[in-house]
Amino acid sequence: MTAHERTTAPEGQAAPMLDVRDLRVSYRSGEQTVPAVRGVSFTLDRGQTLGIAGESGSGKSTMALSLLRLLPASAQVSGEVLFKGEDLLTAKWARLRAVRWSAASVVFQGAMSALNPVRTIGEQIREPILLHDKIGQRAARERAAELLDSVGVPSRRLESYPHEFSGGQRQRIMIAMALACRPDLIIADEPTTALDVMVQAQVLNLLGELVREAGIGVIMISHDLSVLSHMCERLAVMYAGRITEIGPSKQLIAEPRHPYTRALGRAFPTIGDPASRLAPAGLPGDPPTPSELARLSEGRGCAFAPRCSEAMDACRTDTVELWPSGPRREAACLRVLEGSGT
Amino acid sequence: MKPVLEVRDLTVTYPARRGAAPARAVDGVNLRVRQGEIVALVGESGCGKSTLARALVGLVKPTGGQVLSDGEPLGYSAAALKAYRRHTQLVLQDPGGALNPRQNVFDAVAEGPRLHGLTDRLDERVHTALAKAGLRPPEQFAGRFPHEMSGGQQQRVVIAGALALEPSVIVADEPVASLDASVRGEILKLILELRDSLGLSALVVSHDLGLAWNIADRVAVMYLGRIVETGTVEEVLLRPKHPYTRALLSVLPDSGEPPVLLTGEPPDPTSVPGGCRFHPRCPLRAAEQDPRCDGEDLPVLTGDPSASSLAACHLVQ
Amino acid sequence: MTAATYTSAAPKAPRRHAFSRFCRAYAKRPAGLAGLGLLIAFGALALAAPLFIGDDQLNVIKVDGPQLSPPVDGYPLGTDQAGRSILLLVIWGARESLSIGLIATALTVVLGSAVGLLAGHYQGWVGKILMHVTDWFIALPSLPLAISLSAVLGQGAASITIAIAVTSWTATARLVRAQTLAVEARPFIERAKVLGAGNTQIMIRHVLPNVMPLILVSSTLTVASAILSEATLTFLGLGDPTSVTWGSMLEAAFLGGAVTAGAWWYLMPPGIAILIVVLGFTLVGRAVEHVLNPRMVVGR
Repeated sequence: MTAHERTTAPEGQAAPMLDVRDLRVSYRSGEQTVPAVRGVSFTLDRGQTLGIAGESGSGKSTMALSLLRLLPASAQVSGEVLFKGEDLLTAKWARLRAVRWSAASVVFQGAMSALNPVRTIGEQIREPILLHDKIGQRAARERAAELLDSVGVPSRRLESYPHEFSGGQRQRIMIAMALACRPDLIIADEPTTALDVMVQAQVLNLLGELVREAGIGVIMISHDLSVLSHMCERLAVMYAGRITEIGPSKQLIAEPRHPYTRALGRAFPTIGDPASRLAPAGLPGDPPTPSELARLSEGRGCAFAPRCSEAMDACRTDTVELWPSGPRREAACLRVLEGSGT
Repeated sequence: MKPVLEVRDLTVTYPARRGAAPARAVDGVNLRVRQGEIVALVGESGCGKSTLARALVGLVKPTGGQVLSDGEPLGYSAAALKAYRRHTQLVLQDPGGALNPRQNVFDAVAEGPRLHGLTDRLDERVHTALAKAGLRPPEQFAGRFPHEMSGGQQQRVVIAGALALEPSVIVADEPVASLDASVRGEILKLILELRDSLGLSALVVSHDLGLAWNIADRVAVMYLGRIVETGTVEEVLLRPKHPYTRALLSVLPDSGEPPVLLTGEPPDPTSVPGGCRFHPRCPLRAAEQDPRCDGEDLPVLTGDPSASSLAACHLVQ
Repeated sequence: MTAATYTSAAPKAPRRHAFSRFCRAYAKRPAGLAGLGLLIAFGALALAAPLFIGDDQLNVIKVDGPQLSPPVDGYPLGTDQAGRSILLLVIWGARESLSIGLIATALTVVLGSAVGLLAGHYQGWVGKILMHVTDWFIALPSLPLAISLSAVLGQGAASITIAIAVTSWTATARLVRAQTLAVEARPFIERAKVLGAGNTQIMIRHVLPNVMPLILVSSTLTVASAILSEATLTFLGLGDPTSVTWGSMLEAAFLGGAVTAGAWWYLMPPGIAILIVVLGFTLVGRAVEHVLNPRMVVGR
């Protein structure tokens, strides 16, 4: 843990804006407790972008939503989420509500279900502004129009209802809402998954620009490694509820140290790369099921070992944690510790 | 090589709904899939690619043109469709939804053979299909229910169900779109293997150009009901001619080019623009200002598989 | 591993597993267990009634108890104007009330499901005509229809059963049609079509098993309303005057002046019996609905 803090928090600086320490989430299902996030730590500063990649069931969405305590009551969360020095996991509800809109906001995956279908876009964008910024109706209206324009939706459409917009436009509106109270942190959970390639590129471009301009910290969750590597400076790959590799995006993609990162990177072929032509790359097997995960948590060993082509005997018995694997990089792989990882 | 599956001048128009004009989902398409060939049909949502796939398996009756199987036009009587379906099968996007939650794997795979009266040595047939689809040993999977399996395994069951009929062509509509990244490659590998071992032909519908690069021999790019560019994968993806194909390729994260973001209204099949249907959003037209773009209709691409690439554009002929 | 292993034995094992899972989940719902307990108690009493109730206790000529007496020794719920024990009458009445309720429900469910399934599957003119007929039956006022049906068919259990079925199948039909439409939109129907399945195969093999939980839930609730209808119709004098049911007891009490005489012990027991049975079926229906919640069954 100490090694980890040293590499992620730059020395001699003030505490980072967001400091997540040993975050764990488990769900109770019947008599069984099923772990979803099994000890995640990272830091994020203002203006930084962190991408979190992983497959379904890797715990990436659960992890992100738990930061603002947006999980159902059946989830048990432990660890620390220090946001500007304040632990959000123990903060009072009133305080948390204030943080949720004004300081940290979320862009959800399905824009249609996250927008209220019977209220106009304008009302929905104004609501948090009126609640938190304590400004008049008129000023709020102006700010909403400004926001809508900034995400590329004509502001004359403020009085339209969600169903009158296309999927891409709705996702833009969600971004406008997230920006409404000038937050310091945006958590974007698969913001473009349901969108077409072209629209996805537009939305990502927009998000990137707005974030750079305003110096907002972003945590972006996606299953698509190539999208993340272009949007985010740093990348964390999650598998079975843990971070398996974290570091600067470009390096992580170019020289992955963890076999899982390598496999994930190959799953998205680069057009023109002869190695992937008529040779799709996958990974045999499936991620651990919740009950397998519950068993894994009790014992030792690397959760990825059953699917890993480079697994050694030690991988099934030794405790695996994040070890430094290069400048500002860490990987949870015994091969890295050996120094023989490629 | 003669085409095992072909469409000629196919159109599918959905009748008008409350006030809107009729939707021309597929608006003149020629396409051929030859023996042992994998063709990728790519396009954005709403371009008509899924409707075309459904027309190919006889789920949607075309309003014009023909679907030909081994050179014979497809009939739409119940008996003709049933006979056709022994040799053309469909694999759907969402394997979880494509399997009846109350049927176990054996029954799901045995369904096709049972419907076609192939119950002689049914057990062997089902096990062979499961093994071909990579579910080995088949005995271990036969009794399971869909919810007890992962998405990748479910998709293998769907594929096994199609293989149990020993088809010669498979039409796959976004076969990996709902699967995880690591599983995606495994399913694509399976489709390639089936082509190599069984000589299966496939038409794979997808929004993903990387998929075409991974498995297809030829690719057809669809925009607003028409194929705008078609040819070998190398030609189309490495040396794209049509401005739409170029734009699609440029927005990929690894393209290495500045992204060309298309503006304007998203394509709407209820109001197809005159002239070139891409002209309102075309970056090339904006630069060249050629009067043919919005004035002159383009001919339907012939879909001739021997040509290395064809593009429906006034400016790149 | 022979053919028999998978086609017969293998599918059954998980199904049995599913049933035991259903039972375990049901056992966690106290209200459902209470409802089930009530129903079992009533059912057992009704089935066993002939063992301890003879003709001499029901025949108005043979009984020798006090007339219209409040609860006394030997007659814990009092007697009617002929001197019969109210307690025994209520128990005996359960036989016909329950059987009319169950048979009417069976008819309702079969007719309603068949119409709903057909109307949902054939969305062309067949479906339209079926739904028009259903709408027409919904528009018919149920009570007058039942009264005129009984008039045509003659008084008695059979005509009451038919009258209840004719007036209540429409609700089931609408419900099943809506669910059929939802199931038909799922991708596995498309897959079955491409595999070569015809209309019958799709309806029987794919739609019906997925609509079944809903039919099951709705039928438990239909039983409750059928028993109420039975009581209403018999109370109005459309039942067989010689047989004892809860409705006919209420009718007899009303006509015999139990209300003016303040004979609460005559009016209350059949009313409470109806209430308990209806409550029992409702509780069971709700518990089954919770356990079979399609989101739990279909979801992953």
